[in-house]
Amino acid sequence: MQAEPDHPPPRVRASTILRRGVVGIVPLLVAAAFGYAGGWLDPARLTPAVIVDDLQRNAGLQPGYRRNHAKGVCVVGHFDSTGAAARHSRAALFAPGRTPLVGRFAIGGGNPAAADGAGPVRSLALRLTQADGQQWRTGMNNMPVFPVSTPTAFRAQLLANRPDPATGKPDPAKQAAFFAAHPEAAVFRAWAKSTAPSRSYADQDYYGLNAFVFVDANGRRQPVRWRVVAEASPVDEPPEETLEQDLVARLRQGPLRWTLHVVFAAPGDPTADATRVWPADRPDIVAGEIVLTRVEAQDHGACRDLNFDPLVLPDGIQASDDPLLPARSAVYAVSHLRRTSEGTGAAQADRSHGHD
Amino acid sequence: MTDRSTHTHFSAPARVLHWLVAALVIAMLFIGMAMVSTVSAARPWLLASHKAIGVVILGLVLVRLVVRWRRPPPPLPADLPRWIRMAAAASHIALYALMLTLPLAGWAMLSAAGDPLWIAGGMHLPPLWPVDAGDYAALRHLHRWLAWLLALAFLAHLGAALWHALIRRDGVFAGMVRRGPRSGAVIKAPPGPAPGPSQGD
Repeated sequence: MQAEPDHPPPRVRASTILRRGVVGIVPLLVAAAFGYAGGWLDPARLTPAVIVDDLQRNAGLQPGYRRNHAKGVCVVGHFDSTGAAARHSRAALFAPGRTPLVGRFAIGGGNPAAADGAGPVRSLALRLTQADGQQWRTGMNNMPVFPVSTPTAFRAQLLANRPDPATGKPDPAKQAAFFAAHPEAAVFRAWAKSTAPSRSYADQDYYGLNAFVFVDANGRRQPVRWRVVAEASPVDEPPEETLEQDLVARLRQGPLRWTLHVVFAAPGDPTADATRVWPADRPDIVAGEIVLTRVEAQDHGACRDLNFDPLVLPDGIQASDDPLLPARSAVYAVSHLRRTSEGTGAAQADRSHGHD
Repeated sequence: MTDRSTHTHFSAPARVLHWLVAALVIAMLFIGMAMVSTVSAARPWLLASHKAIGVVILGLVLVRLVVRWRRPPPPLPADLPRWIRMAAAASHIALYALMLTLPLAGWAMLSAAGDPLWIAGGMHLPPLWPVDAGDYAALRHLHRWLAWLLALAFLAHLGAALWHALIRRDGVFAGMVRRGPRSGAVIKAPPGPAPGPSQGD
């Protein structure tokens, strides 16, 4: 160390102070901008984590399980394309031929131990894998419309359905207030009231809910919706005790089949509103047949680790402007990361549903 | 002109690659922050951009390593304290390591999830990791933590660059922004430190 000279230190010039300020402040501003991009400065931003937190709060944390549609069963099969959709979509799986698939049936809600009859919602999720490695993932429900049309309204419904700590049940007043504020939910509500919980997955039709866009070989774009229609008649045979046992028993008799229908919108049909059906006279083609051949328990089946992200689409199918689609994709990703982080080993085995 | 002891400026390819990769990395940090925290329609677009830019950065960083190996960067001013020179060396190793491992972790993580590896523009990558949900989760968390480290390393790099440019004005920043003296010209010693107390230790 040098001894201080005994004259006063030179005055620091204003420009030096300014330059030092820039050196300190610019990195801080950039850091703040990162935070802004991540939503830290906007606590009201609807993030996927907020929605998954609400799902967990409503159902109770069930480590290792999907945060919604937690109770289900894996299936394996294939899609036999008729080729009828190939002139509307250039996706390879619509060319005549067979595409292998992995799927999952489930009931609504986040409780993996819920009774099958607790509600009427059933779902079928599929992942079809083309020979070139591209995939079509779709999550379908057995109702033709979704209760809400936006992620914000979905969150409002989750909050209305949050169990009251005193009763363990949702507050009917809050639910009534939600339906009053969201008249678009009336179609779903009417369906839920009039639909008895099915005793079989096999006799249900499953709807893609959201609109998508088919792109043909020339780049022509057409808004579509799809659904699969059960070929099994509900009165084939008496159902078994549980949905899973019923599925096992039916698949023991042979494959289960659904026809894949694609419906084309007319100009003006809503593509961004999953609460509204399109008029019944829209062109409807049968693209092929979904054939399920085998069932696997969900604790170790092929569907267990899959995220049925509805935005994993092959070239030839694209997302529509439906705001639920990016929200589903985002929320599923958070749910998938949380449950895969919690482990997928024997500790998570759903022993009460083991059947092999 | 590759003598480490005489050149004061980065070569033109090194400078172009530096600023290009800088812009892409900064964009990636913002895109990454935004895409995981939104449910909006921006998300699919951000996600597709993120994957495509990640592949581009991985390629450009490999090119930068070759460029750097063929012509090493100009030496730091001789009067910089030793610990700062060591910190500078360590931070550059960290930046390169992170710019390489982040895209690889992202690629491996998508592979482990069993996601199709079709990147925007029709590019098809081979899987980098076997499909395994537990590995997916570990790689996904690794990707996030590496991104935080890269953000911190970038902020430190930015602060150091501004310090060289505005406080020390020692030619280090100029070496990455401007062309060096023409080949054959007499090379002047780098300008000395800003007037003021000595940086001596």
